[in-house]
Amino acid sequence: MRRKLYLNYLYVVPALGFVLIFVYFPILMNFFNSLFSMSSYSDSKTFVGLDNYVRIFNDPIFYTAIKNNFLYAAFSLLFQVGLGLFLAILLEGRYVGKRIGTFFRNVLFIPSIISIPAVALLWYFIYNPQIGLLNGILDTVGMGAFKTAWLSNPKTAIYSVIAMSQWQYTGYIMILLVVAIQKIPRELYESAEIDGANEFQKAVHITIPSIRSMLVVTTIITVIGSFKLFSEIYIMTGGGPYNTTQVLGTYMYRSAFLFDEMGFGSAVAVIIFVITFLISIFQLKTFSRD
Amino acid sequence: MARKQLRIINKIWINAFFWLLMLLIIYPLFWMIQNSLKTSTELFINSFTFPEVAQFHNYTDAWNMGFSSFFLNSVLVTVVSVAFTVLFAALCAYALARLELRFRKVILYLIIGGLLLSPQSALISLYRIFDALNIYNTYLAMIVPYIAFRIPFSVFLMYGYFKEFPSDLEDAARIDGCSTSKIFFRIVMPISRPIIAATAIVSAIFTWNEFLFALVFIESEELVTIPVGLSRFRDALQTNWTGMMAGIVIASLPMIIAFLLMSKAFIRGLTAGSVKG
Repeated sequence: MRRKLYLNYLYVVPALGFVLIFVYFPILMNFFNSLFSMSSYSDSKTFVGLDNYVRIFNDPIFYTAIKNNFLYAAFSLLFQVGLGLFLAILLEGRYVGKRIGTFFRNVLFIPSIISIPAVALLWYFIYNPQIGLLNGILDTVGMGAFKTAWLSNPKTAIYSVIAMSQWQYTGYIMILLVVAIQKIPRELYESAEIDGANEFQKAVHITIPSIRSMLVVTTIITVIGSFKLFSEIYIMTGGGPYNTTQVLGTYMYRSAFLFDEMGFGSAVAVIIFVITFLISIFQLKTFSRD
Repeated sequence: MARKQLRIINKIWINAFFWLLMLLIIYPLFWMIQNSLKTSTELFINSFTFPEVAQFHNYTDAWNMGFSSFFLNSVLVTVVSVAFTVLFAALCAYALARLELRFRKVILYLIIGGLLLSPQSALISLYRIFDALNIYNTYLAMIVPYIAFRIPFSVFLMYGYFKEFPSDLEDAARIDGCSTSKIFFRIVMPISRPIIAATAIVSAIFTWNEFLFALVFIESEELVTIPVGLSRFRDALQTNWTGMMAGIVIASLPMIIAFLLMSKAFIRGLTAGSVKG
């Protein structure tokens, strides 16, 4: 029996080993490294205490970055969760036929399975001031006055990137909500119909309360996603113009790999870690409640 | 009568609204394909027209200028990462759900807890670790962290499944003298195909599309996967925009085709987990 128990651990070892060594350990090391000044080309490390953090909190670009992450989160909540919910309710309602509904659903989902770099590059072309789709359409509908170089105009750059993500991910969040709606027992609706409830009342009094936990989950993954933001910005603007589109991810990348300030970058990584960790705890709590 | 009219009006505007959204999703994709088949001059004159003659050589050019190797690298990295992720996660989830283990709870929490940790906060340390281990700029520098970061989620998915698995078959096999490993590989794995497929698909989407690790841990052009290849391609090609459009199409098509062929399995995997990118 003892021998058998020992063998059981062999099942767990590969997975646990990978997670401990390549997930937990680097993150712990990161906390430690954030207290040093160091570069990738030399082994020398200088202990600087909380200096890196002090520098971060005195850097205006850090505040631009974190503000952009929050802006991203706000718009993503509005479109991906808000509009996504609206679309999900319509798709599962009585006004959209079943087969055409599946078609709508699948098409809306497609952008989310294309890689972010591919979508970002496509939108980089769409926003191009000379050949771009957007300026072309504005011209066609007689709104040429609004034409601009979307990604190099500091006023429009971050919103242009945000808009691309809404295009890409609203369908994904919508599908999560559609699946939750499909699990609601039909009887709930039938008895409401007997009481004379209309579509709007059914949505407010039955659908939304019944999928509350999925709404919490989608809210949280949307917010976490906004703080993990990197590739979109890296490809479309590189953080520019004039750092107006920096987010925490690109701010960290820039410090560590462009300016070779590994300690400073680690401190930024710690801040990203703390924010995403706190939000994730929230998520796990909601998951385990169900 | 009024009620019926209202219903028809609702039906019309809601369906019109969805068709408008279809246009919003499909037209940019169509625009991309259209321009990927043009000559550069045609694109610069007007990006809305059809190509005079479809320039399929844009695709072969993109393929020959690097996409063939990006593509093979992506396939290799994805297949190896997904295979090991699924295997390790299945073994682990099975043991946690069905076998006698001391510290079962601790191990479970440690692994699922990995879900809370974002890849970005491990990036710089991993870079230094891989440098020290001499696997920086090798396939392993992608495969290893992809496996590590996909395991928590995969265990989470499979654990729930194995937990609910009826034990009759296992018991019968045990009475017949089957070893645990035989039960796992001959009985449990084959029956668990749906959850394995779902886990594999979610991991494959992640690995195929992953950008940050591939960007930082790989230097050589020959090892680069599609997402990073695409971004390097842009810097290298500068104004060959039609070729780049072809590149984006090549990068996006495999996942879209896979989705159209297996939309049910895709949706099952992605909704069971609710984790984005």
